[in-house]
Amino acid sequence: MLKVSGIYKTFNKGTVNEKRALNGVDLELKEGDFVTIIGGNGAGKSTLLNSICGVFPVDRGSIVIDGTDVTRLPEHKRAKFLGRVFQDPMMGTAADMWIEENMSLAYRRGKRRGLKWAITGKERSYYRYMLSQLGLGLENRLSSKVGLLSGGQRQALTLLMAVMQKPKLLLLDEHTAALDPKTAETVLNLSEKFITEGKLTAMMITHNMKDAIAHGNRLIMMHEGRIIYSVEGDEKKALTVDDLLKKFADISGEEFANDRALLN
Amino acid sequence: MLGFLVSMPGAVAQGIIWGIMAIGVYLTFRILDVADLTVDGSMATGGATMVVCMMNGMNAGAAMLIAFAAGCAAGLVTGVFHTKFGIPAILSGILTQLILYSVNLRIMSQSANLPLSVDKYHLLLSLRNLPMAILVGGIFAVVLIALLYWFFGTEMGHSLRATGCNQRMAKANGINTDTNKIIGLVLSNGIVALSGALLSQYQGFADINMGRGAIVIGLAAVIIGEVLLGKIFKNFALKLIASVFGGIIYYIVITLVLRAGLNANDLKMFSALVVAVFLGIPYWRHKLAEKRTVKGAGA
Repeated sequence: MLKVSGIYKTFNKGTVNEKRALNGVDLELKEGDFVTIIGGNGAGKSTLLNSICGVFPVDRGSIVIDGTDVTRLPEHKRAKFLGRVFQDPMMGTAADMWIEENMSLAYRRGKRRGLKWAITGKERSYYRYMLSQLGLGLENRLSSKVGLLSGGQRQALTLLMAVMQKPKLLLLDEHTAALDPKTAETVLNLSEKFITEGKLTAMMITHNMKDAIAHGNRLIMMHEGRIIYSVEGDEKKALTVDDLLKKFADISGEEFANDRALLN
Repeated sequence: MLGFLVSMPGAVAQGIIWGIMAIGVYLTFRILDVADLTVDGSMATGGATMVVCMMNGMNAGAAMLIAFAAGCAAGLVTGVFHTKFGIPAILSGILTQLILYSVNLRIMSQSANLPLSVDKYHLLLSLRNLPMAILVGGIFAVVLIALLYWFFGTEMGHSLRATGCNQRMAKANGINTDTNKIIGLVLSNGIVALSGALLSQYQGFADINMGRGAIVIGLAAVIIGEVLLGKIFKNFALKLIASVFGGIIYYIVITLVLRAGLNANDLKMFSALVVAVFLGIPYWRHKLAEKRTVKGAGA
Protein backbone atom coordinates (compact mmCIF):
# COMPACT_ATOMS: atom_id res chain seq x y z
CA MET A 1 0.00 0.00 0.00
CA LEU A 2 2.91 2.31 0.79
CA LYS A 3 6.47 2.00 -0.40
CA VAL A 4 8.99 4.55 0.80
CA SER A 5 12.41 4.02 -0.71
CA GLY A 6 15.60 5.73 0.36
CA ILE A 7 14.23 9.15 1.19
CA TYR A 8 16.50 11.91 2.41
CA LYS A 9 15.56 15.37 3.61
CA THR A 10 17.82 18.13 4.85
CA PHE A 11 16.38 21.43 6.05
CA ASN A 12 18.21 24.77 5.68
CA LYS A 13 20.92 23.24 3.54
CA GLY A 14 24.18 25.15 3.53
CA THR A 15 23.36 27.29 6.56
CA VAL A 16 24.41 27.02 10.20
CA ASN A 17 20.93 25.68 10.90
CA GLU A 18 21.37 22.76 8.53
CA LYS A 19 19.38 19.85 9.87
CA ARG A 20 19.44 16.43 8.33
CA ALA A 21 15.95 15.25 9.19
CA LEU A 22 15.66 12.08 7.11
CA ASN A 23 18.73 10.03 6.42
CA GLY A 24 17.70 7.22 4.11
CA VAL A 25 14.34 5.87 5.18
CA ASP A 26 12.92 2.70 3.65
CA LEU A 27 9.50 1.49 4.67
CA GLU A 28 6.94 -0.77 3.12
CA LEU A 29 3.38 -1.18 4.40
CA LYS A 30 1.00 -3.90 3.33
CA GLU A 31 -2.70 -3.24 3.08
CA GLY A 32 -4.21 -3.23 6.56
CA ASP A 33 -0.92 -2.62 8.35
CA PHE A 34 -1.17 -0.33 11.37
CA VAL A 35 2.27 0.84 12.34
CA THR A 36 3.11 2.90 15.41
CA ILE A 37 6.17 5.14 15.29
CA ILE A 38 8.25 6.14 18.29
CA GLY A 39 11.50 8.01 18.66
CA GLY A 40 13.13 10.90 20.50
CA ASN A 41 12.73 14.57 19.69
CA GLY A 42 14.06 15.37 16.25
CA ALA A 43 14.22 11.73 15.21
CA GLY A 44 12.42 12.51 11.96
CA LYS A 45 9.00 11.01 12.76
CA SER A 46 6.95 14.01 11.71
CA THR A 47 9.28 14.74 8.79
CA LEU A 48 8.59 11.23 7.51
CA LEU A 49 4.83 11.75 7.68
CA ASN A 50 5.05 15.22 6.16
CA SER A 51 7.20 13.84 3.33
CA ILE A 52 4.53 11.29 2.56
CA CYS A 53 1.90 14.07 2.56
CA GLY A 54 3.99 16.30 0.33
CA VAL A 55 4.21 19.24 2.72
CA PHE A 56 7.70 19.65 1.23
CA PRO A 57 9.57 17.76 -1.49
CA VAL A 58 12.16 15.18 -0.46
CA ASP A 59 15.80 15.55 -1.58
CA ARG A 60 16.14 11.98 -2.78
CA GLY A 61 14.17 8.76 -2.88
CA SER A 62 10.65 7.87 -3.89
CA ILE A 63 7.23 7.51 -2.33
CA VAL A 64 4.66 5.20 -3.88
CA ILE A 65 1.11 4.94 -2.55
CA ASP A 66 -1.03 2.07 -3.82
CA GLY A 67 0.98 1.82 -7.01
CA THR A 68 1.04 5.56 -7.75
CA ASP A 69 4.37 7.34 -7.55
CA VAL A 70 3.49 10.51 -5.64
CA THR A 71 7.04 11.76 -5.07
CA ARG A 72 6.51 14.79 -7.29
CA LEU A 73 2.82 15.39 -6.72
CA PRO A 74 1.82 18.56 -4.84
CA GLU A 75 0.24 18.20 -1.42
CA HIS A 76 -3.35 18.81 -2.51
CA LYS A 77 -3.14 16.12 -5.19
CA ARG A 78 -1.81 13.51 -2.78
CA ALA A 79 -4.66 14.28 -0.44
CA LYS A 80 -6.97 11.92 -2.27
CA PHE A 81 -4.93 8.99 -0.94
CA LEU A 82 -4.43 10.31 2.57
CA GLY A 83 -6.38 10.93 5.72
CA ARG A 84 -4.51 13.13 8.17
CA VAL A 85 -4.84 14.16 11.79
CA PHE A 86 -2.37 16.70 13.13
CA GLN A 87 -0.92 17.15 16.59
CA ASP A 88 -2.57 20.56 16.94
CA PRO A 89 -6.33 20.03 17.32
CA MET A 90 -6.93 23.45 15.70
CA MET A 91 -5.13 22.40 12.53
CA GLY A 92 -7.42 19.82 11.02
CA THR A 93 -10.66 21.79 10.82
CA ALA A 94 -11.80 25.20 9.58
CA ALA A 95 -12.82 27.11 12.72
CA ASP A 96 -15.11 29.65 11.04
CA MET A 97 -17.12 27.00 9.24
CA TRP A 98 -19.89 24.77 10.55
CA ILE A 99 -19.47 21.12 11.48
CA GLU A 100 -21.44 19.97 8.43
CA GLU A 101 -19.48 22.33 6.17
CA ASN A 102 -16.21 20.91 7.43
CA MET A 103 -17.51 17.42 6.85
CA SER A 104 -18.65 18.23 3.33
CA LEU A 105 -15.14 19.51 2.57
CA ALA A 106 -13.66 16.24 3.78
CA TYR A 107 -16.32 14.19 2.02
CA ARG A 108 -15.08 15.62 -1.29
CA ARG A 109 -11.42 14.91 -0.67
CA GLY A 110 -9.91 13.80 -3.96
CA LYS A 111 -12.99 14.76 -5.97
CA ARG A 112 -13.60 17.65 -8.34
CA ARG A 113 -15.27 20.61 -6.70
CA GLY A 114 -17.67 22.32 -9.04
CA LEU A 115 -20.71 24.52 -8.81
CA LYS A 116 -22.98 21.91 -7.33
CA TRP A 117 -24.59 22.65 -3.98
CA ALA A 118 -22.02 21.82 -1.29
CA ILE A 119 -24.28 19.85 1.05
CA THR A 120 -27.28 17.77 0.06
CA GLY A 121 -30.01 16.61 2.39
CA LYS A 122 -28.94 13.00 1.96
CA GLU A 123 -25.39 13.87 2.94
CA ARG A 124 -26.61 15.66 6.00
CA SER A 125 -28.23 12.54 7.43
CA TYR A 126 -25.09 10.58 6.63
CA TYR A 127 -23.00 13.15 8.52
CA ARG A 128 -25.37 12.92 11.44
CA TYR A 129 -24.99 9.16 11.50
CA MET A 130 -21.19 9.38 11.30
CA LEU A 131 -21.06 11.97 14.07
CA SER A 132 -23.20 9.79 16.32
CA GLN A 133 -20.40 7.20 16.17
CA LEU A 134 -18.14 9.60 18.05
CA GLY A 135 -20.47 9.50 21.01
CA LEU A 136 -19.88 13.18 21.73
CA GLY A 137 -23.35 14.50 20.95
CA LEU A 138 -22.08 16.40 17.92
CA GLU A 139 -24.81 14.87 15.72
CA ASN A 140 -27.20 17.50 17.06
CA ARG A 141 -24.86 20.38 16.34
CA LEU A 142 -24.39 20.17 12.57
CA SER A 143 -24.65 23.91 12.19
CA SER A 144 -22.35 24.86 15.08
CA LYS A 145 -19.14 26.63 14.22
CA VAL A 146 -16.24 24.28 14.70
CA GLY A 147 -14.38 27.07 16.52
CA LEU A 148 -16.85 26.65 19.38
CA LEU A 149 -15.84 23.03 20.02
CA SER A 150 -13.28 21.86 22.56
CA GLY A 151 -9.88 20.60 21.48
CA GLY A 152 -10.93 16.99 22.00
CA GLN A 153 -14.14 17.41 20.04
CA ARG A 154 -12.26 19.06 17.20
CA GLN A 155 -9.69 16.29 17.13
CA ALA A 156 -12.40 13.63 17.09
CA LEU A 157 -14.10 15.48 14.24
CA THR A 158 -10.81 15.73 12.34
CA LEU A 159 -10.36 11.99 12.75
CA LEU A 160 -13.84 11.35 11.44
CA MET A 161 -13.18 13.66 8.48
CA ALA A 162 -9.94 11.80 7.77
CA VAL A 163 -11.64 8.40 7.52
CA MET A 164 -15.03 9.39 6.09
CA GLN A 165 -13.74 9.16 2.52
CA LYS A 166 -11.76 5.94 2.98
CA PRO A 167 -8.07 6.86 2.71
CA LYS A 168 -5.41 4.53 1.28
CA LEU A 169 -3.33 5.57 4.23
CA LEU A 170 -4.29 7.22 7.51
CA LEU A 171 -1.56 9.38 9.07
CA LEU A 172 -1.83 10.28 12.73
CA ASP A 173 0.87 12.68 13.89
CA GLU A 174 0.87 12.60 17.71
CA HIS A 175 -2.80 13.37 17.42
CA THR A 176 -3.54 12.84 21.10
CA ALA A 177 -0.49 14.66 22.51
CA ALA A 178 -2.23 18.00 23.02
CA LEU A 179 -5.29 16.52 24.76
CA ASP A 180 -5.95 15.83 28.42
CA PRO A 181 -5.45 12.14 29.35
CA LYS A 182 -9.13 11.21 29.36
CA THR A 183 -9.89 12.89 26.04
CA ALA A 184 -6.70 11.45 24.59
CA GLU A 185 -7.93 7.99 25.46
CA THR A 186 -11.31 8.63 23.85
CA VAL A 187 -9.70 9.84 20.64
CA LEU A 188 -7.23 6.97 20.61
CA ASN A 189 -10.00 4.42 21.08
CA LEU A 190 -11.95 6.02 18.26
CA SER A 191 -8.88 5.83 16.06
CA GLU A 192 -8.50 2.14 16.85
CA LYS A 193 -12.20 1.59 16.12
CA PHE A 194 -12.13 3.33 12.74
CA ILE A 195 -8.91 1.62 11.70
CA THR A 196 -10.16 -1.85 12.67
CA GLU A 197 -13.67 -1.47 11.28
CA GLY A 198 -12.54 0.17 8.08
CA LYS A 199 -9.55 -2.18 7.67
CA LEU A 200 -7.43 0.93 7.15
CA THR A 201 -3.71 1.09 6.58
CA ALA A 202 -2.39 3.53 9.16
CA MET A 203 0.69 5.15 10.64
CA MET A 204 0.59 6.66 14.11
CA ILE A 205 3.32 8.68 15.75
CA THR A 206 3.08 8.60 19.50
CA HIS A 207 5.27 9.62 22.39
CA ASN A 208 3.55 7.11 24.60
CA MET A 209 5.39 3.79 24.44
CA LYS A 210 2.55 1.90 26.08
CA ASP A 211 0.20 3.12 23.36
CA ALA A 212 2.76 2.25 20.71
CA ILE A 213 2.85 -1.32 21.99
CA ALA A 214 -0.88 -1.65 22.64
CA HIS A 215 -1.99 -0.48 19.20
CA GLY A 216 -1.25 -1.70 15.70
CA ASN A 217 0.44 -4.77 14.32
CA ARG A 218 3.82 -3.16 13.70
CA LEU A 219 6.13 -0.76 15.50
CA ILE A 220 9.10 1.20 14.25
CA MET A 221 11.59 3.26 16.21
CA MET A 222 13.34 6.20 14.61
CA HIS A 223 16.58 7.94 15.52
CA GLU A 224 18.53 10.64 13.70
CA GLY A 225 16.49 10.32 10.53
CA ARG A 226 16.65 6.56 10.27
CA ILE A 227 14.48 3.63 11.22
CA ILE A 228 16.65 1.86 13.76
CA TYR A 229 14.27 -0.84 14.92
CA SER A 230 11.25 -2.49 13.40
CA VAL A 231 9.11 -5.21 14.89
CA GLU A 232 5.78 -6.83 14.10
CA GLY A 233 3.29 -9.50 14.98
CA ASP A 234 3.63 -11.58 18.13
CA GLU A 235 7.10 -10.27 18.83
CA LYS A 236 5.62 -6.77 19.02
CA LYS A 237 2.76 -7.86 21.24
CA ALA A 238 5.25 -9.30 23.73
CA LEU A 239 7.21 -6.05 24.05
CA THR A 240 7.36 -4.01 27.23
CA VAL A 241 8.32 -0.36 27.70
CA ASP A 242 11.57 -1.46 29.35
CA ASP A 243 12.38 -3.64 26.34
CA LEU A 244 11.95 -0.63 24.09
CA LEU A 245 14.11 1.64 26.21
CA LYS A 246 16.83 -0.98 26.34
CA LYS A 247 16.59 -1.59 22.60
CA PHE A 248 16.97 2.12 22.03
CA ALA A 249 20.05 2.40 24.25
CA ASP A 250 21.63 -0.66 22.62
CA ILE A 251 21.13 0.46 19.04
CA SER A 252 21.70 4.18 19.33
CA GLY A 253 24.21 4.16 22.17
CA GLU A 254 22.20 6.93 23.86
CA GLU A 255 19.52 7.25 26.48
CA PHE A 256 16.03 7.76 25.11
CA ALA A 257 15.76 11.54 25.02
CA ASN A 258 12.08 12.27 25.21
CA ASP A 259 10.84 13.36 28.60
CA ARG A 260 7.23 12.89 27.71
CA ALA A 261 7.81 9.28 26.71
CA LEU A 262 9.47 8.54 30.04
CA LEU A 263 6.90 10.35 32.09
CA ASN A 264 4.14 8.25 30.61
CA MET B 1 -30.35 70.62 9.29
CA LEU B 2 -32.42 71.04 6.16
CA GLY B 3 -29.23 71.15 4.12
CA PHE B 4 -28.18 67.88 5.67
CA LEU B 5 -31.49 66.23 4.85
CA VAL B 6 -31.25 67.46 1.29
CA SER B 7 -27.83 65.90 0.94
CA MET B 8 -29.03 62.56 2.32
CA PRO B 9 -30.14 60.89 -0.93
CA GLY B 10 -26.79 61.66 -2.52
CA ALA B 11 -25.00 60.13 0.45
CA VAL B 12 -27.15 57.02 0.25
CA ALA B 13 -26.59 56.60 -3.51
CA GLN B 14 -22.84 56.99 -3.16
CA GLY B 15 -22.90 54.73 -0.12
CA ILE B 16 -24.57 51.94 -2.09
CA ILE B 17 -22.01 52.21 -4.91
CA TRP B 18 -19.14 52.07 -2.43
CA GLY B 19 -20.98 49.36 -0.54
CA ILE B 20 -20.78 47.20 -3.68
CA MET B 21 -17.07 47.93 -3.70
CA ALA B 22 -17.00 46.88 -0.03
CA ILE B 23 -18.47 43.51 -0.98
CA GLY B 24 -15.38 42.99 -3.13
CA VAL B 25 -13.17 43.95 -0.19
CA TYR B 26 -15.15 41.60 2.07
CA LEU B 27 -14.30 38.66 -0.20
CA THR B 28 -10.57 39.18 0.13
CA PHE B 29 -10.32 40.70 3.59
CA ARG B 30 -12.77 38.46 5.43
CA ILE B 31 -13.04 35.29 3.35
CA LEU B 32 -9.53 34.92 1.93
CA ASP B 33 -7.94 36.69 4.89
CA VAL B 34 -5.85 38.88 2.59
CA ALA B 35 -5.74 42.70 2.49
CA ASP B 36 -5.76 43.29 -1.26
CA LEU B 37 -4.55 46.73 -2.30
CA THR B 38 -5.20 46.07 -5.99
CA VAL B 39 -8.64 47.61 -5.49
CA ASP B 40 -7.26 51.15 -5.43
CA GLY B 41 -6.30 50.59 -9.06
CA SER B 42 -9.10 48.30 -10.23
CA MET B 43 -11.76 50.76 -9.08
CA ALA B 44 -10.39 53.30 -11.56
CA THR B 45 -9.90 50.56 -14.16
CA GLY B 46 -13.62 49.84 -13.93
CA GLY B 47 -14.50 53.53 -14.28
CA ALA B 48 -12.09 54.15 -17.14
CA THR B 49 -13.17 51.04 -19.06
CA MET B 50 -16.81 52.01 -18.64
CA VAL B 51 -16.33 55.51 -20.04
CA VAL B 52 -14.14 54.45 -22.95
CA CYS B 53 -16.48 51.62 -23.95
CA MET B 54 -19.42 54.01 -24.00
CA MET B 55 -17.47 56.60 -25.96
CA ASN B 56 -16.93 53.88 -28.53
CA GLY B 57 -20.63 53.34 -28.92
CA MET B 58 -21.30 50.43 -26.63
CA ASN B 59 -24.43 50.27 -24.51
CA ALA B 60 -24.15 50.62 -20.75
CA GLY B 61 -24.78 46.93 -20.01
CA ALA B 62 -22.05 45.67 -22.31
CA ALA B 63 -19.67 48.36 -21.08
CA MET B 64 -20.22 47.27 -17.48
CA LEU B 65 -19.57 43.66 -18.40
CA ILE B 66 -16.25 44.64 -19.97
CA ALA B 67 -15.40 46.78 -16.94
CA PHE B 68 -16.06 43.74 -14.76
CA ALA B 69 -13.78 41.62 -16.95
CA ALA B 70 -11.04 44.25 -16.78
CA GLY B 71 -11.22 44.18 -12.99
CA CYS B 72 -11.03 40.38 -13.05
CA ALA B 73 -7.87 40.61 -15.16
CA ALA B 74 -6.33 42.96 -12.59
CA GLY B 75 -7.16 40.48 -9.83
CA LEU B 76 -5.61 37.69 -11.90
CA VAL B 77 -2.32 39.60 -12.10
CA THR B 78 -2.25 40.05 -8.31
CA GLY B 79 -3.17 36.40 -7.81
CA VAL B 80 -0.36 35.23 -10.08
CA PHE B 81 2.15 37.54 -8.36
CA HIS B 82 1.08 36.18 -5.00
CA THR B 83 0.87 32.45 -5.74
CA LYS B 84 3.29 31.91 -8.63
CA PHE B 85 5.94 34.52 -7.80
CA GLY B 86 5.69 33.94 -4.06
CA ILE B 87 5.24 37.66 -3.34
CA PRO B 88 3.33 38.50 -0.13
CA ALA B 89 -0.29 39.40 -0.85
CA ILE B 90 -0.05 43.04 0.24
CA LEU B 91 3.01 43.69 -1.92
CA SER B 92 1.43 41.87 -4.87
CA GLY B 93 -1.53 44.22 -4.60
CA ILE B 94 0.70 47.28 -4.44
CA LEU B 95 2.60 46.15 -7.54
CA THR B 96 -0.59 45.60 -9.54
CA GLN B 97 -1.96 48.90 -8.30
CA LEU B 98 1.08 50.67 -9.72
CA ILE B 99 0.80 48.75 -12.98
CA LEU B 100 -2.83 49.78 -13.19
CA TYR B 101 -1.95 53.47 -12.88
CA SER B 102 -0.19 53.21 -16.26
CA VAL B 103 -2.79 50.86 -17.69
CA ASN B 104 -5.65 53.14 -16.66
CA LEU B 105 -3.95 56.12 -18.33
CA ARG B 106 -3.59 54.03 -21.47
CA ILE B 107 -7.26 53.03 -21.36
CA MET B 108 -8.14 56.74 -21.17
CA SER B 109 -5.68 57.62 -23.98
CA GLN B 110 -3.29 59.31 -21.53
CA SER B 111 -5.80 61.76 -20.14
CA ALA B 112 -6.32 61.81 -16.39
CA ASN B 113 -10.01 62.55 -16.62
CA LEU B 114 -12.71 61.66 -19.13
CA PRO B 115 -16.28 63.02 -19.03
CA LEU B 116 -19.32 60.78 -19.44
CA SER B 117 -22.28 63.11 -19.72
CA VAL B 118 -25.72 61.76 -19.03
CA ASP B 119 -26.97 64.20 -21.69
CA LYS B 120 -24.94 62.50 -24.39
CA TYR B 121 -25.13 58.87 -23.34
CA HIS B 122 -27.79 56.54 -22.10
CA LEU B 123 -26.49 55.75 -18.59
CA LEU B 124 -28.00 53.42 -16.02
CA LEU B 125 -27.70 55.96 -13.25
CA SER B 126 -26.64 59.54 -12.59
CA LEU B 127 -26.50 61.95 -9.69
CA ARG B 128 -29.00 64.09 -11.60
CA ASN B 129 -31.68 61.56 -10.72
CA LEU B 130 -30.98 60.39 -7.20
CA PRO B 131 -34.02 58.17 -6.58
CA MET B 132 -33.20 56.34 -9.80
CA ALA B 133 -29.52 56.08 -8.80
CA ILE B 134 -30.49 54.59 -5.43
CA LEU B 135 -32.85 52.14 -7.13
CA VAL B 136 -30.32 51.00 -9.74
CA GLY B 137 -27.52 50.73 -7.17
CA GLY B 138 -29.83 48.81 -4.85
CA ILE B 139 -30.82 46.35 -7.58
CA PHE B 140 -27.16 45.77 -8.46
CA ALA B 141 -26.32 45.16 -4.81
CA VAL B 142 -29.18 42.72 -4.29
CA VAL B 143 -28.47 40.71 -7.44
CA LEU B 144 -24.77 40.59 -6.64
CA ILE B 145 -25.38 39.42 -3.09
CA ALA B 146 -27.79 36.74 -4.33
CA LEU B 147 -25.20 35.47 -6.80
CA LEU B 148 -22.45 35.41 -4.18
CA TYR B 149 -24.72 33.71 -1.68
CA TRP B 150 -25.30 30.98 -4.24
CA PHE B 151 -21.61 30.74 -5.16
CA PHE B 152 -20.40 30.42 -1.59
CA GLY B 153 -22.92 27.66 -1.01
CA THR B 154 -21.40 25.53 -3.77
CA GLU B 155 -18.56 23.05 -3.48
CA MET B 156 -16.17 25.55 -5.01
CA GLY B 157 -17.37 28.33 -2.72
CA HIS B 158 -16.87 26.11 0.31
CA SER B 159 -13.33 25.29 -0.75
CA LEU B 160 -12.64 29.02 -1.14
CA ARG B 161 -13.83 29.67 2.40
CA ALA B 162 -11.71 26.81 3.73
CA THR B 163 -8.67 28.25 1.95
CA GLY B 164 -9.07 31.56 3.76
CA CYS B 165 -9.86 29.92 7.08
CA ASN B 166 -7.22 27.18 7.36
CA GLN B 167 -4.80 26.54 4.52
CA ARG B 168 -3.24 23.41 5.95
CA MET B 169 -6.64 21.87 6.47
CA ALA B 170 -7.66 22.87 2.96
CA LYS B 171 -4.61 21.24 1.41
CA ALA B 172 -5.04 18.12 3.53
CA ASN B 173 -8.53 17.82 2.08
CA GLY B 174 -7.29 18.07 -1.47
CA ILE B 175 -8.04 21.74 -2.11
CA ASN B 176 -5.72 23.67 -4.43
CA THR B 177 -5.26 26.74 -2.26
CA ASP B 178 -3.29 28.68 -4.89
CA THR B 179 -6.06 28.36 -7.45
CA ASN B 180 -8.63 29.38 -4.88
CA LYS B 181 -6.70 32.48 -3.90
CA ILE B 182 -6.55 33.49 -7.54
CA ILE B 183 -10.28 32.89 -8.00
CA GLY B 184 -11.01 34.99 -4.93
CA LEU B 185 -8.82 37.88 -6.07
CA VAL B 186 -10.30 37.76 -9.60
CA LEU B 187 -13.85 37.81 -8.31
CA SER B 188 -13.15 40.55 -5.78
CA ASN B 189 -11.51 42.90 -8.26
CA GLY B 190 -14.20 42.24 -10.84
CA ILE B 191 -16.78 43.42 -8.31
CA VAL B 192 -14.67 46.45 -7.39
CA ALA B 193 -14.37 47.38 -11.08
CA LEU B 194 -18.14 47.02 -11.42
CA SER B 195 -18.51 49.49 -8.58
CA GLY B 196 -16.05 51.80 -10.38
CA ALA B 197 -18.19 51.53 -13.52
CA LEU B 198 -21.28 52.49 -11.52
CA LEU B 199 -19.42 55.37 -9.88
CA SER B 200 -18.22 56.82 -13.20
CA GLN B 201 -21.80 56.86 -14.47
CA TYR B 202 -23.06 58.35 -11.23
CA GLN B 203 -20.56 61.19 -11.12
CA GLY B 204 -20.43 61.63 -14.92
CA PHE B 205 -16.71 61.09 -15.41
CA ALA B 206 -13.83 58.71 -14.83
CA ASP B 207 -10.71 59.94 -13.10
CA ILE B 208 -7.29 58.37 -12.72
CA ASN B 209 -7.52 59.05 -8.98
CA MET B 210 -11.06 57.85 -8.42
CA GLY B 211 -9.86 54.74 -6.58
CA ARG B 212 -7.22 56.34 -4.40
CA GLY B 213 -7.78 55.11 -0.87
CA ALA B 214 -10.60 52.83 -2.02
CA ILE B 215 -9.29 50.01 0.16
CA VAL B 216 -9.71 52.22 3.22
CA ILE B 217 -13.29 53.12 2.34
CA GLY B 218 -14.04 49.47 1.59
CA LEU B 219 -12.57 48.36 4.91
CA ALA B 220 -14.44 51.12 6.71
CA ALA B 221 -17.71 49.92 5.19
CA VAL B 222 -17.01 46.29 6.08
CA ILE B 223 -16.03 47.16 9.64
CA ILE B 224 -18.86 49.63 10.26
CA GLY B 225 -21.26 46.97 8.98
CA GLU B 226 -19.79 44.37 11.33
CA VAL B 227 -19.71 46.60 14.37
CA LEU B 228 -23.28 47.85 13.95
CA LEU B 229 -24.98 44.78 12.52
CA GLY B 230 -22.63 41.88 13.29
CA LYS B 231 -24.63 40.82 16.35
CA ILE B 232 -27.85 40.39 14.36
CA PHE B 233 -26.57 39.54 10.87
CA LYS B 234 -25.03 36.06 11.15
CA ASN B 235 -25.99 34.61 7.78
CA PHE B 236 -23.54 35.09 4.90
CA ALA B 237 -25.94 37.05 2.70
CA LEU B 238 -26.82 39.28 5.64
CA LYS B 239 -23.12 39.90 6.30
CA LEU B 240 -22.74 41.14 2.73
CA ILE B 241 -25.80 43.32 3.17
CA ALA B 242 -24.18 44.66 6.33
CA SER B 243 -21.17 45.73 4.23
CA VAL B 244 -23.44 47.69 1.88
CA PHE B 245 -25.13 49.31 4.87
CA GLY B 246 -21.66 50.05 6.19
CA GLY B 247 -20.95 51.92 2.95
CA ILE B 248 -24.16 53.93 3.26
CA ILE B 249 -23.50 54.81 6.89
CA TYR B 250 -19.94 55.78 6.03
CA TYR B 251 -21.16 58.27 3.44
CA ILE B 252 -23.82 59.66 5.76
CA VAL B 253 -21.17 60.22 8.43
CA ILE B 254 -18.84 61.82 5.86
CA THR B 255 -21.62 64.15 4.75
CA LEU B 256 -22.24 65.04 8.38
CA VAL B 257 -18.63 65.81 9.26
CA LEU B 258 -18.18 67.84 6.09
CA ARG B 259 -21.27 69.85 7.02
CA ALA B 260 -19.84 70.24 10.51
CA GLY B 261 -16.86 71.97 8.96
CA LEU B 262 -14.22 69.31 8.32
CA ASN B 263 -11.90 70.39 5.55
CA ALA B 264 -12.58 68.15 2.53
CA ASN B 265 -8.84 67.72 2.07
CA ASP B 266 -8.59 66.15 5.52
CA LEU B 267 -11.21 63.58 4.64
CA LYS B 268 -8.80 60.80 3.70
CA MET B 269 -6.89 61.22 6.95
CA PHE B 270 -10.14 61.13 8.88
CA SER B 271 -11.26 57.93 7.10
CA ALA B 272 -7.93 56.20 7.61
CA LEU B 273 -7.86 57.06 11.32
CA VAL B 274 -11.39 55.78 11.81
CA VAL B 275 -10.46 52.49 10.15
CA ALA B 276 -7.27 52.24 12.23
CA VAL B 277 -9.23 52.70 15.45
CA PHE B 278 -11.87 50.14 14.51
CA LEU B 279 -9.23 47.62 13.46
CA GLY B 280 -7.50 48.25 16.78
CA ILE B 281 -10.55 47.64 18.95
CA PRO B 282 -10.52 43.80 18.81
CA TYR B 283 -6.77 43.82 19.50
CA TRP B 284 -7.13 46.09 22.52
CA ARG B 285 -10.03 44.02 23.79
CA HIS B 286 -7.86 40.93 23.56
CA LYS B 287 -4.96 42.65 25.38
CA LEU B 288 -7.28 43.84 28.10
CA ALA B 289 -8.70 40.36 28.58
CA GLU B 290 -5.18 38.96 28.80
CA LYS B 291 -4.22 41.50 31.45
CA ARG B 292 -7.27 40.59 33.50
CA THR B 293 -6.44 36.89 33.26
CA VAL B 294 -2.90 37.49 34.46
CA LYS B 295 -4.17 39.54 37.40
CA GLY B 296 -6.72 36.85 38.20
CA ALA B 297 -4.02 34.20 38.18
CA GLY B 298 -1.81 36.27 40.49
CA ALA B 299 -4.54 36.77 43.08
